[in-house]
This record gives sequence, structure tokens and C-alpha cells, in this order.
Amino acid sequence: MRENKTLAEGHSPLAQFEIKTLIPLEVGDINVSFTNSSVFMVATVLAISLFLVMGMRRSALVPGRWQSMVELSYIFIANLIKDTVGSEGRPYFPFIFTVFMFVLFGNLFGMLPYTFTFTSHIVVTFTMALFVFLGVTLIAIAKHKMRFFTFFMPPGVPMYMAPILIPIEIISYLSRPISLSVRLFANMLAGHTLMKVFAGFIFALGVFGIAPWAFIVALTGLEIVIAFLQAYVFTILTCLYLNDALHLH
Amino acid sequence: MPQLDISTFSTQIVWLVITFAALFIIMWRVAVPRISDALEQRQKRMDDNLNKAAEFKKEAEAAIEAYEKSLAEAREAAHSAIADANAKLLEETAAKDAELGTKLKAMLSESEASIAKATEDAMDNVRVVAEEVASAAAERLLGDAVDAGVVSAAVDTATKARN
Repeated sequence: MRENKTLAEGHSPLAQFEIKTLIPLEVGDINVSFTNSSVFMVATVLAISLFLVMGMRRSALVPGRWQSMVELSYIFIANLIKDTVGSEGRPYFPFIFTVFMFVLFGNLFGMLPYTFTFTSHIVVTFTMALFVFLGVTLIAIAKHKMRFFTFFMPPGVPMYMAPILIPIEIISYLSRPISLSVRLFANMLAGHTLMKVFAGFIFALGVFGIAPWAFIVALTGLEIVIAFLQAYVFTILTCLYLNDALHLH
Repeated sequence: MPQLDISTFSTQIVWLVITFAALFIIMWRVAVPRISDALEQRQKRMDDNLNKAAEFKKEAEAAIEAYEKSLAEAREAAHSAIADANAKLLEETAAKDAELGTKLKAMLSESEASIAKATEDAMDNVRVVAEEVASAAAERLLGDAVDAGVVSAAVDTATKARN
């Protein structure tokens, strides 16, 4: 990291991802310190709660702008579940809505200057993905019992293909939490790193810094789109996995 | 790379679980029911209003139907009244025509009779005049009066020949 010191006044582009302990805490031997990551997780929860609860405070028959936004986000996810999972997905709506809002607000909070993007940490996205993966697998096993394992042998495939197909299916199934978490984490990491690198060029190039500056303005727009898109992708993949669990093939 | 610093994993996981669980409970217990209630109420209200509108429409259609029915009835009544009046009028004119016809016929035959009578009278007069003229002419020619019977017979043959 030493060679990066010349960029952006001695700041590495990866410095923004550093976890800074604010209140050191330990339970047993486990480090549970309150960090900058925790600050933004708490802020995300507060912002979402405020957005949803305050938006529906009056619950008018004809919604205002705020209430419309709240209802729109609700309907957006409700339709997403209806389209991918069907009516059986309704009981899982609160969880999927929570996933979407949590990732979305986490991503968007990261777009503010001097903030921390907790979704840019693989451990956070992997924990969420693993929870989704385990939950979906348990739902599938509870619903289909032993029939769940036919998932790895699609119907209509000749028997002699089984030795090749079943390992492939199992590997693709097991790689789901990895692809789900890496997709979100890598998008956030790459976007924020790129921004930081180009921000360093602004001062390094003097007058010509206008070019990377203009690039950063455009990139900010793109990153906001990506913040939405990745939240959407994370949610729709959760829905698709849930659909597989409920209906198998 | 700070993402690979294993010493921060435990705190991140712990705080993720705490905050995510808190958000999930808020969503599940407070936010989602409120939003779905609001949406359901609006849907119900809309359905109610639509039902009411459909009812009103049905009523309006019934009213239009009744109106059209009464209109058709009135039209029919008017038509029959006109037809009645026409028939009556035709009957009356026919009766008047017939009356006039008989009257005219009577007058015609009367006048024909009077004409025939007048012709006969005239013919009688002609005969008298002819007899007188004949007797007068004979007297002048013969210098003597001629028997009236002879004259009359002569006139008769003359008129017969002419006729």
C-alpha cells in the first residue's frame, strides 16, 4: 500500500473501506466493537424505519409524495415476488422487503461523501447471502422432504448423464451464496475504488483535473444506478432461489 | 485490503445480525402491515365506488329503458289516433260523396225529364204550327179550306218521312 501514498494526498483508494473502531467492545473473546460499519448499519435501519413509518403516518386515502414513494417501494417488491415466486411467496414478503431496503439504503448511504459502505465488505454480503441460502434450503427440505434432492437431477435427463450432471448441479447450487455475495461486494468495492482513484487525479493533474472531475460526476450517476441495480439483483436472486425452493423445477 | 482483515469479521457479522434483525422486526410488525392496510383500504374504497357506479349505471339504464318504452307507447297511441281520424274522415267523405252523387243523379234525371218534356212540347207545337202552316198554304194555293183531318194526316206522313 505504500506506493499508493502518492495518490490522493497519501490516502490509498482502499482506505475508505477500513473498519475503524469507535467504541471497543468485547463479549467473551469475540470482538463486537461499535465501528464505522456499525454506525452506517444502524443509520440504515433508522433511515428505512423513518422513511416507511413516517411516510405512512397519515395513511391518506389519496397519498402524498412521501406516502407514494413508500407505497411504490412496497408494490415494487410485492410485484417482484408475485412475478418470480407467485402467491406462495407472500409469507416471505417482510423478509425480502427488508433485504431490498437494507441493501438499497446501505448502497445509497455509501454514495454520500465521507460515509462508509458496509455492503462493500465481503463478510457482510456473504453473511446475508449465506442466510438466504440456508433459509431457502431449509424451506425446500421442510416442504419437499427427500424429494428436495431430485432438484440436482432434472427430470427428463437420461440416467447415464447423472454422474456428470449431479456434481455440476450440486456445485452450482453450493456456489449460489458465493456468487450472490461477491456480485454485490465487488460492485460496491470497484465503484468506490474507481471514484477514489479518479478523485486523486483531480489534484494531481492541476488545471487538467477538470477531466477526471467530469468523469467522477458521470460516475456518481452511474454508481447511484448501480446502488439500485445491485439491491434489485440481490433481491430478485433471493426471490428466484425461494421460487426454486418452493417449486423445485 | 481491509475486506480481508479477519479481525473485523466478528464485529461486522454481529452488528449486521443485530441491525438486520431489528429492521426485520420493524418491517414485519409495523411498516408492512401499515402499508398493506393503507393499500387494502384504498382498494376496498375503489371497489366500493366502482360497484356503486355500476349500480347507478344500471339504474340509469333502467330509467332510459322506461323512458323509451313510454315514448314508444305514446308514439303508438299517436299513430292509432291518426289512423282512426283518417278512417273517420274517409268514411265521412265517402258518405258525403255518395249523398252528393244521389242528389246530383236526382237533379240530372229531373232535368232530363224536364228537357224531354220541353222537347215533346216543342214537337207538339211544331206539329200544330205545321198543320196551321199547311192548311194556310193549301188555302192560298187552292183557294178553298182544306179538311183538317187531311192536313193532319199529311203532316204525320211528312214528319214520319223526315224522321
